[in-house]
Formats: sequence, structure tokens, C-alpha cells
Amino acid sequence: MAQSTVAPQSLVDELGDAVDAVGAEQRAAVLATRSIKRSSKLWALELAIRCCDLTTLEGADTAGKIRALASKAMRPAPTDPSIPHVAALCIYPSLVKVAAEALRGSGVVVASVATAFPSGQAALTTRLSEIEAAVADGAGEIDIVISRGAFLAGRFDDVYDEIIRAKEACGEAHLKVILETGELGSYGAIRRASLIAMAAGADFIKTSTGKISPASTGPVALVMAESIRDYADMTGRAVGLKVAGGIRSSKDAIRYLVIIHETLGEEWLDPGRFRIGASSLLNDLLMQIDKQRSGVYSDPDRYTLD
Amino acid sequence: MTWDYAPAPESTAMVSIDNTYGLYIGGDFVDPASGEYVKTINPATEEVLSAIAQADATDVDRAVEAARAAFEPWSTLPAPDRAKYLFRIARVIQERSRELAVLETMNGGKPIRESRDIDVPLAAAHFFYYAGWADKLEYAFAGRRAEPLGVAAQVIPWNFPLLMLAWKIAPALAAGNTVVLKPAETTPLTALAFASVCDQAGIPPGVVNIITGAGETGAMLVRHPDVDKVAFTGSTEVGKDIQRAIAGSAKHLTLELGGKAANIVFADAALDQAVEGIVNGIFFNQGHVCCAGSRLLVQESAFEQVMAKLKRRLGTLRLGDPLDKNTDIGAINSRAQLDKINSLVETGVDEGAELYQASCDLPDRGFWFPPSVFTGVSQSHRIAQEEIFGPVLSVLTFRTPEEAVEKANNTPYGLSAGVWTEKGSLILWMADRLRAGVVWANTFNRFDPASAFGGYKESGFGREGGPQGLSAYLRLTGP
Repeated sequence: MAQSTVAPQSLVDELGDAVDAVGAEQRAAVLATRSIKRSSKLWALELAIRCCDLTTLEGADTAGKIRALASKAMRPAPTDPSIPHVAALCIYPSLVKVAAEALRGSGVVVASVATAFPSGQAALTTRLSEIEAAVADGAGEIDIVISRGAFLAGRFDDVYDEIIRAKEACGEAHLKVILETGELGSYGAIRRASLIAMAAGADFIKTSTGKISPASTGPVALVMAESIRDYADMTGRAVGLKVAGGIRSSKDAIRYLVIIHETLGEEWLDPGRFRIGASSLLNDLLMQIDKQRSGVYSDPDRYTLD
Repeated sequence: MTWDYAPAPESTAMVSIDNTYGLYIGGDFVDPASGEYVKTINPATEEVLSAIAQADATDVDRAVEAARAAFEPWSTLPAPDRAKYLFRIARVIQERSRELAVLETMNGGKPIRESRDIDVPLAAAHFFYYAGWADKLEYAFAGRRAEPLGVAAQVIPWNFPLLMLAWKIAPALAAGNTVVLKPAETTPLTALAFASVCDQAGIPPGVVNIITGAGETGAMLVRHPDVDKVAFTGSTEVGKDIQRAIAGSAKHLTLELGGKAANIVFADAALDQAVEGIVNGIFFNQGHVCCAGSRLLVQESAFEQVMAKLKRRLGTLRLGDPLDKNTDIGAINSRAQLDKINSLVETGVDEGAELYQASCDLPDRGFWFPPSVFTGVSQSHRIAQEEIFGPVLSVLTFRTPEEAVEKANNTPYGLSAGVWTEKGSLILWMADRLRAGVVWANTFNRFDPASAFGGYKESGFGREGGPQGLSAYLRLTGP
């Protein structure tokens, strides 16, 4: 895989890390008023399913839970073959083997969090060996967390170097870099972290672990999307965006799609470049699709719970 | 795969428009003395919406008489009761906000998103704000005695019909005046709907009078001998004419006129938000905004980056049916205005400026102009000097803050300016030197009833909004 050769500081110098909070929030608020109806809504709902990283990241996760969720990922609506499978199943590293077995041949990728998720507070060697083990067990995508400690202490080069090491540890697996935007303190910091992660070779940048609040928000996604756009303009490399944390309704999902659409353009409306990490969103998407098709809402018990 | 948003038109079902409207005088709709009515249209479709009475000198007399008769009881009403009426108006506007927004969009051509999210909520906010002052006049101007002026003649423009009505009527009534308001010729419908808002709020007859007609009606109104206060928002040309006409009389006057605002972007600014501010500055309401940021001054070192971002952003603006909830750019308000924009844009091209226009399909019917940007503009171009009042931006560059100030101030106008930089000290330095009534820092076209608005130089005088806007309707005496 071609690596960016841009050093993070020169990238920040070139593209700037200034973000005006009032302006970013105002723009996100306007985009949130877009009214998506009928055929364009149906299209967006199906896209949201294809972009979904169905997620379970609980201490209580078991092999049984993972197998159940894997079947949900492959067949979100078992009686409706027109519904596509999700993009990935996102889980803890210890369960990658089980998931890889369950998802084999389905087209659904195993995505594993790694690097002492969600805090990232472990020795670098520990974090890297966690990535290697997950990849060896069959993970096609690795979601790492950046070292927020290093970032907030101003050790940006350390953040950058660690992502480069993580990318090496991933090998062929795709690397998603979680910024944990709710801990970074400002939109400017989010832009800076986005640029550092992309310079270090991230395939995706991701908002949140989902374990702290605030998680993903419209303005955060907007600021990250603008960073991706500027980085693509400068280097020609297209980095994906994953939003995660607290996204439960179809309305939320469509709002993110609108932000992507009007900031990055149609090329990003694809699971190769956009993901939504969510645990309970999927059934609402299915219910809204049925509503669009039939005109009425169905009984919630018609949607499987795994 | 392309994602075209399906049409999402706002329903017009809650709007009912009468076939004809008379003049709202003394609490009733009355026929005009001349019996003359003129059609008002939807500029997005050219469809006729209604026929509007044309007030002549007799009607102006009647309206001023009604306002005069209502003045004594209204101005001597206990102040908390006046406040109560204003609060009622504000609440009725909120209750009828959807209807008023749709009506505003149908008659004026502005996107429903703007009339719904900006015009109507701000109009209600102005009434709420000034309702709060009505019984606190003694405290607004500490130690001074505050008395209403009498009958206010108010003439408003077509770009923000209901909002400008609120800017005019709310402080006037709070201060204890009565009013005769004339809406613009092309956009009378929300003002006429406001007459029914007044009825619903139980405003005593004659306190608010609304007369419609062309420029001559306005000219007669402001010259009327029994008018104590004239408030006008509109073109500098008409403003000067009014000032000449009432010179030597005891009439109080405030004028809010044209502008050619500089939106100044420094290289260190948050550029994505600056681009949003540029777009909002000039394409908000199709550029029919007196304080529009129609001259973009970009620091030369950031010129290419800003232009690349701006051009890309223009490509995402959605022009079309103003009633569609996803429309960003609506219709030009009238054929006359479209002709004026066309002619000034031609001048820009003739003078050698480079024109860039967003590629978008213009509807077949109605009045439309695509978002346009001129580069290679210098101060000596007409398009850098004259107010276009349309979606046309002129881009100039500068090298230093001193040069930015010099260029920004080098205009007969002085209504507003914008400064974009991450450096707080530079914002303050600039704000001290910019001769403009409003200086926005890292934002543009933001309005709040508590904040005074008004111009320097040929942009007019007097302030609207805040306690300053209240003082424009009061005679202040004492120390």
C-alpha cells in the first residue's frame, strides 16, 4: 500500500488546523435541515445498511453472542433478500476467530478494535501485538485508538509514529484510526488529529469509541470530512470516514450521509469510504425501509434482535 | 451512483390569500379612494397571487388621521399593558410561523429554509425583545425622560418584508407611538397578514395602519405634515430624496440604506468557515441584503486556496423552487431587479473582470440568477462600487491589514463588514478602523434584536435593534 510521505507538521502548516466552532456548528445545523424524501430516502437507508459496522463491544460478549450478531450482519432481514448485508462486524480481538468462522464467504468483514481499546493506555508493544494477533485470527479491518495522552501533551510526533507502527502491524488489513473526538477539546484539535492520522497512513479516520460522551456529532463529522477533502486535494489519496457512538435512528444516519454528500461528494457515499458504527441502528433502518415501501410502520417484533 | 434529493416542497395548504386586499386603516380593511388595485405575483412562477390596493393622497390622509387619533390613548396606556399587546403579537407570529414563512416565500421568492428559520423567528424575537422594554423606558436611558414622538411613517423594502416590518413596528409601539407602514410594492402579503395578527392580538384600532402602493404612496406618506417620525429602509437614492423632502420640518428621521460591505479574509482564518461566511454573506436571500458581503477581500497569500474552496462550494448550492425545503438559492424578487443585476454583471464583464458562475439549471419561468463570482476586480470597477443587490460577489485581494482597511473603507457606504482571522487582537484592530455600523468577526449576516444595526455615511443613520433602536422612537429630555 502506498504510504503518504507528508510529515504531519508540514501537513498541518500547509492545510491549517484553524476551525471556527460557531461557523462549523452553523453549517452542520443547516445540513441537518435537509429534507430527504421518498426514493432518495429509500436509497439512503439502503446505503446506510451497506455502510454499517454492526458493533458489539461489551465485557459480556461471548462466542454465542458473536455468532448471533454475525447472522444478523449477513442477513439483516432474513425474509427479505433485497436487503443487503452490512459492511463489517466490529468486535473485541478475543472474538475475531469466532466471527471470522461465522462470516466466512459472506462479504461481511471482521473488524476488530485493538490497541487497548478504548483507553489506549498500554505499552506500545502490547498494543501492536494485539493488532497482529487480531489480523492473524482473521480481522480484515483494525480500529485503533490514538494516544490521547500524547496528543493532549503536545507530543504529536509520538501520535504519528504510533499510527505508522500500527499501520505496519496491520499488514494487509485496513486501518481505522479512532480520534476519540470527545476527549480532544476543540474542533481545531480534531482537525489536527485527523491530518496526523491521515499522514500516518490511516485508511479511515473514525470519530469515537462509543465509550465516552460526547461521541460523534454533526459538526465533528463535518470537520473531519473537510480534513479528508483537503488531504485528498493535496495528496490525491482518499481516506474514509467512520462515525460512531450514539447513532440509533435512521434520521441520524441520513444526516451523516448528507454531511458526507455535501462535503466530500458522491464518491464517498460508499462502504469503501464511509461507515457508521452502531449496535442498535440497523433495525430502525429496516423499519424505515419497510415504511417507505409500504407506507406503514410494522410491528417492532418483525425485526430480529440478536 | 448519484443521490438526487427528491423534491421536498413545503405545503401551501395553511395559507389562504384573498383575491384582493384593501388598506388596513383604523383596524379595518377599507377600499382605496382611487379604487385601483395592482397585481402581486410569485416571482418564482410569475403566478398572480392577489390584487393590492393602491393608496393615494386621500388614503394616506386617512391612515395618518387614524394613527393620530389612536396616539393619545395608546401612548397613555399603562406601559405594562402596551407590553402585553406586543407579547401577544410575538406569540401570534410564532403560532402562525409556518403560514407566514410560506407566504413570505411565495410572495418574495426567498427559500423556505430562510423564511422558516430566519425571517419569521427573528420577527417574533423583535416583538418579544421590545415588549420587554415597553414598561422599562425609564431604565433604558437612565435619568432621562422618555416620551413617544407621535405618528411614525415607516416605509420598508422587499428583501425581508416581515422582518423589516418587525424592526420598524416593534420599537415604535413599545415606545408608545402609532404607525402607518407601507410595505414594498412587490411584497405586500406578509404585511397584510400582519394586519390580521394585530386583530388577533387585539391591538386597538389605528395603532397599526398598513397602506400599500408604489413608491409614490411612500413619498406621500413620509411627506405628510402630521407625521412626526419617518423611518425608511431602502435605496440610498430614495433615502436622499426623503431627507431633502423633510428638511426644515420637525420630523425625526432614521434611514437604513444601501451597502457594499467588505468581507475580509486573512490567510490565517479558519478557511472552511470563512468560505461558509462568504457564501452566507453574498448568497443569503439571493444577495438581496443591504448588509451583504458583496466585496470579498482576500489576503493575497490565501487567494488560490479560498477561491478553490469557494468554487467547489458554489457547486453544492441548490437553486430552484423556493418552497422546496432543500433549496439554498431562491428566485430574484422581481423582473426589474433581475434586469438591474444583469446590467451590472454585463458592466463587470465589459470592464474586464473575470466572471465565474455556478453551473445550475435555471427554471423556465420566474426570475433567476445563478450564484456568480467576479475575480480580477479592482476598486475602480463599477461592480466594486455600486450595490448590485443580487447573488454577485466581487473578489479583490490585499496584502496587509492596513490595505484591507483602506479598501474596505473606500466606498460611499458603511453598513457592515466582516473580518475573518484566528487572531483576536487583529479583529479588534480592524473593528476600530472599519467605518461600518456592524463589524462581524468570524461570522456574517447574524442578527439579534438586542444588537444595534445601522450605517455610516451613505448607508444611513440611526440604529435599529437594542436600546439604540428604541431611542429612535423617543424624545429624550433631561440631563
